[in-house]
Amino acid sequence: MSTLRDRLATGEFTITAELSPPRGASAAAMLTRAELLRGWVDAVNITDNQGSHVRLSSWAGALAVKQSGTIEPIMQMTCRDRNRIALQSDLLGAGAHGIENLLFMSGDHPKFGDHPGAKPVFDMDSTQLTWTARTMRDEAKLISGKELNPAPRFFIGAVENPFAPPLEYRAQRAAKKIAAGAQFIQTQYVFDIDVFRRWVTDLGELGVLDRCFILAGVGVIRSVRMLDFLSSGRVPGVQIPEPVVRRLRGVAPDDVGAEGALLAAEVIAAVRDLPGVSGVHLLTAGYEKQTPELLRMAGIDRSALVGRALAGKSSDAH
Amino acid sequence: MTRVMVEIQPRPPAGGVPGTAGPRSVPHRPRLSARLAYLMQKVLKPNAVNRRVGAVVERSPTARKMFTATERASKERLFGCRMCGQCALPVTGYSCPMGCPKELRNGPCGGVGPGGACEVYPDKKCVWVVGFERAASQGAAADLRRMQRPIDHRRWGESSWLNYWAGRDDNLWTDDDGLSSQPVMGAQ
Repeated sequence: MSTLRDRLATGEFTITAELSPPRGASAAAMLTRAELLRGWVDAVNITDNQGSHVRLSSWAGALAVKQSGTIEPIMQMTCRDRNRIALQSDLLGAGAHGIENLLFMSGDHPKFGDHPGAKPVFDMDSTQLTWTARTMRDEAKLISGKELNPAPRFFIGAVENPFAPPLEYRAQRAAKKIAAGAQFIQTQYVFDIDVFRRWVTDLGELGVLDRCFILAGVGVIRSVRMLDFLSSGRVPGVQIPEPVVRRLRGVAPDDVGAEGALLAAEVIAAVRDLPGVSGVHLLTAGYEKQTPELLRMAGIDRSALVGRALAGKSSDAH
Repeated sequence: MTRVMVEIQPRPPAGGVPGTAGPRSVPHRPRLSARLAYLMQKVLKPNAVNRRVGAVVERSPTARKMFTATERASKERLFGCRMCGQCALPVTGYSCPMGCPKELRNGPCGGVGPGGACEVYPDKKCVWVVGFERAASQGAAADLRRMQRPIDHRRWGESSWLNYWAGRDDNLWTDDDGLSSQPVMGAQ
């Protein structure tokens, strides 16, 4: 049972966040960070070798988080490292362990990671992988046509970057993923509300908003160094608009973190009012401690949920 | 109608299976204008004449080899073709998706730079940005909404024209955006 799906279906503002598994053979550090988010977010993405850097696998990470009972995981899966045989096999593994929330993406090119000489697999693209998962669930079949017994239960997610060219095509590409089976979409960092609003409007015109939940990506620029890095153009898919750069450069270096948090809170508040947007996805890995404060600043009250989560924690102690 | 049975000879992939020696996936700007490319589409349609030509060519291994070499030479020059053997050009604005370093068949990744640059080769334009512009210029932008199925990697090095005319490519993409019908992936 996906509580993320249930939460989205209620129409309540939904929050997801992101955890990257460690480089090491223990999930303990990640579970400590998950604990900080308990109750504050409805589900958490477990990244899949993010930025093409080798980490503990998203599959094992998602299982560890699920078993810890802190938050419901969303298992990310890229097309970069596995062919269609391995992808379907891992999807069955996820299904067997009750990992229902999935998020599919192309994946960064190996060039950007710690093994730049690795073979880029990309046997399928993210639309095809989404389509594959839906076929496995709804047709109870592999894409070879072989039958599955039993079929897995999945809640299928995809990603989109509404800010990358060709802008006019971005909603159509998202609609393609929705046709393939995506039930929710998380976006790249939203800094430009106008472009984001245009994209959501385009989705509405394509008639797909009632078939898919949209979660707007929100990031916090925490320091001058992070601003320099993100605005350098060297991070695939990330563009920081000029007015945002100006605003953050306009404050004292020590205050950039506070201003960045304020900016993120403003983005959350702005997308909250947009029809067709179901919530936010916090792209704030490493920012778990400050996440509750960020949500409070944005005017989001999670006290009841946090209370319930903590009560659940004490009652289901092993 | 006579059905021509053709034994497809297994042969070493000559054109660049990913990860082997051969042309890498690097964005290639088409050398043929969008207008001419869409005109060519009419000529290359699997009509009776083309089907007949294809059937005759497929009867002789030598003819097939020569035909494939001609296709390779012209499409390499015009589109940076890597001979995947299952051509998507007619529905991608004649910008080859196999030049995308991720070989994405369903549109651009999220890493396209603000000016339309490929994230892996920043000095090249994203093949999908080029394809979208070209398709839109010919009133064919809706083609990019079709859902593309995964390719069959056994076909690298084959002639996609022969595959197209013989109907072996019929299931490569959906007829429309798939939103009303939720098409099945289908077996290969």
